[in-house]
Amino acid sequence: MSFIEVSSMSKTFKVTKRSSGVRSSVKSFFKRDYVYIDALKSISFEVARGEIVGYIGPNGAGKSTTIKILSGILRPDSGVCKINGMIPYEDRERYVSNIGVVFGQRSQLWWDIPAEDTFDLLKDIYKIPKDDFISRKNELVSLLNIEEIIKIPVRQLSLGQRMRCEIAASLLHNPSILFLDEPTIGLDAVSKKIVRDFIKKINKERDVTVILTTHDMSDIEALAKRIIMIGKGEVLYDGTLQKLKNKYDNIKHIKVITNTKVGSIRKKGIIDKRKIDGGYEFDVDSKIIDVSLFLNYLSNKVEVKDIDIENENIDEIIIKLYQEYEI
Amino acid sequence: MKQYFTYFKISFISGLQYRVSALAGLSTQFFFGFVFIMIYLAFYETEYDSAPMKFNELVTYLWLGQAFFSLMYLYHKDKELISMIRDGNISYELCRPQNLYWKWYIKIFSSKLSMVLLRFFPVIIIAFLLPFPYNLSLPNNMFSFIFFVISMIIGAFLVTSLSTMVHIIAFFSLDEKGIMSMFMVIADLFAGGIVPVLFLPKFLQLIADYLPFRYIFDLPYRIYSGNITGMTAVSNVLIQLLWVFVSIGIGYYLNKRILSKVEVQGG
Repeated sequence: MSFIEVSSMSKTFKVTKRSSGVRSSVKSFFKRDYVYIDALKSISFEVARGEIVGYIGPNGAGKSTTIKILSGILRPDSGVCKINGMIPYEDRERYVSNIGVVFGQRSQLWWDIPAEDTFDLLKDIYKIPKDDFISRKNELVSLLNIEEIIKIPVRQLSLGQRMRCEIAASLLHNPSILFLDEPTIGLDAVSKKIVRDFIKKINKERDVTVILTTHDMSDIEALAKRIIMIGKGEVLYDGTLQKLKNKYDNIKHIKVITNTKVGSIRKKGIIDKRKIDGGYEFDVDSKIIDVSLFLNYLSNKVEVKDIDIENENIDEIIIKLYQEYEI
Repeated sequence: MKQYFTYFKISFISGLQYRVSALAGLSTQFFFGFVFIMIYLAFYETEYDSAPMKFNELVTYLWLGQAFFSLMYLYHKDKELISMIRDGNISYELCRPQNLYWKWYIKIFSSKLSMVLLRFFPVIIIAFLLPFPYNLSLPNNMFSFIFFVISMIIGAFLVTSLSTMVHIIAFFSLDEKGIMSMFMVIADLFAGGIVPVLFLPKFLQLIADYLPFRYIFDLPYRIYSGNITGMTAVSNVLIQLLWVFVSIGIGYYLNKRILSKVEVQGG
């Protein structure tokens, strides 16, 4: 049996619907119209202990709903979700002492007091023995580089500083699973890097299973070997990032520095040609024309001074995927 | 247990920070105390014989009401809990290994307690020193005073469990305004918040006897002034205690039911 096991899990929300304006407001006072939204339609997947899984999908795809069910906050309408032998929403109080959760758009820290005081409160909530608490706190604090930051009232922290404290707070009780719902949202490059390095490290050293949702594909590239993509409440792709890339990463951007003027080139597989500073940039479909073939072809025509081959950005791959599945 | 105590400590300390609001509250309490007494004074001058309470009992009742207002008033809204419910921050509450009911109970209790501790003492002292007939009287006798204290403590638990219940229902309906206003009007009427229960029409008094609300503060204040004494006081305090258990039981059960159907607002 897998560590995390989700099979045909569904969740529907009932939402009141009304159009804007006074008339429809009055109308809805007497008669409410409801629409049912299928947030999750029979989702199934399994995760092994110690894996990092990137959970991606466009807004409203059901990512947060899944995380909320997995962390015991919501109850699915049907289907099974078993984690570490427990059913999160049935066994909530026992289950949650073994997980850490970070919701990137919310805060678990007390606004008016320094993060360190919240840590003390968490120590009592999770009944962490004093020695364990101190050693773990010191370790987390130095790894995330927040020694000074945890002494300042949370309301005065920048987003990046606060997020590092949030992550530390969610790991004080040494959970075996960590759910991260958009942990890097709104962070600058430096904070992002600290957060990513940290996640990698605790995954490796403590064998923490990490499930991470994000819209930032560089998070996924840096962290997750495996991704699960959902859209409209269904699992669309479940596999390695590399496989996805191989499948869709056929467009190469090739920059060629040359003094020669290149006229119109007509050859199958060359999608676009743009003039850039000191040369040209070509978009080439490597499924139709091999990159080496293209270079051969080009060097026969022009004098090539320098070339630079770039793979397609993962963001573009995802956009393509979304388009393919019409989500 | 320790986690709840720590939680109590933090909520209590953060409640004590609000000194300006305590001062503002104090002046409101004095204002209303005087206004009420003067209204009843006019009433007693013409209709003294038909009045259900002696005038000094009534004045004492009113001053105690003002002194302990922030502990006993029913329209208690915990801003943090409400905003958590509204914006979905409740998610974090739900992924902690603790019982939500007791956590909320303690949160509401500690904020009420910290509020009243900043307010009750000046009102009591000044009301004692006021000239007759505006003054707060001493307790009827030692028995009355001891029973007053016991009944106040139970009353504080009772109002907290009712408040907690309302917050839990608000969590379920995702909007606190409707349920709280409705609760407020009914509860306040039968609690004796608008006029003391003895001033209500007979049939409303009869209904009030079967509801928990009059046991919140109407009972202890009347015990203090000697309006309720002896075995009646004892049996009333027992009923009061019973209501605490009943309302905690209902709230706890509702909390359990609601958690299985909860929806969380926002992404």
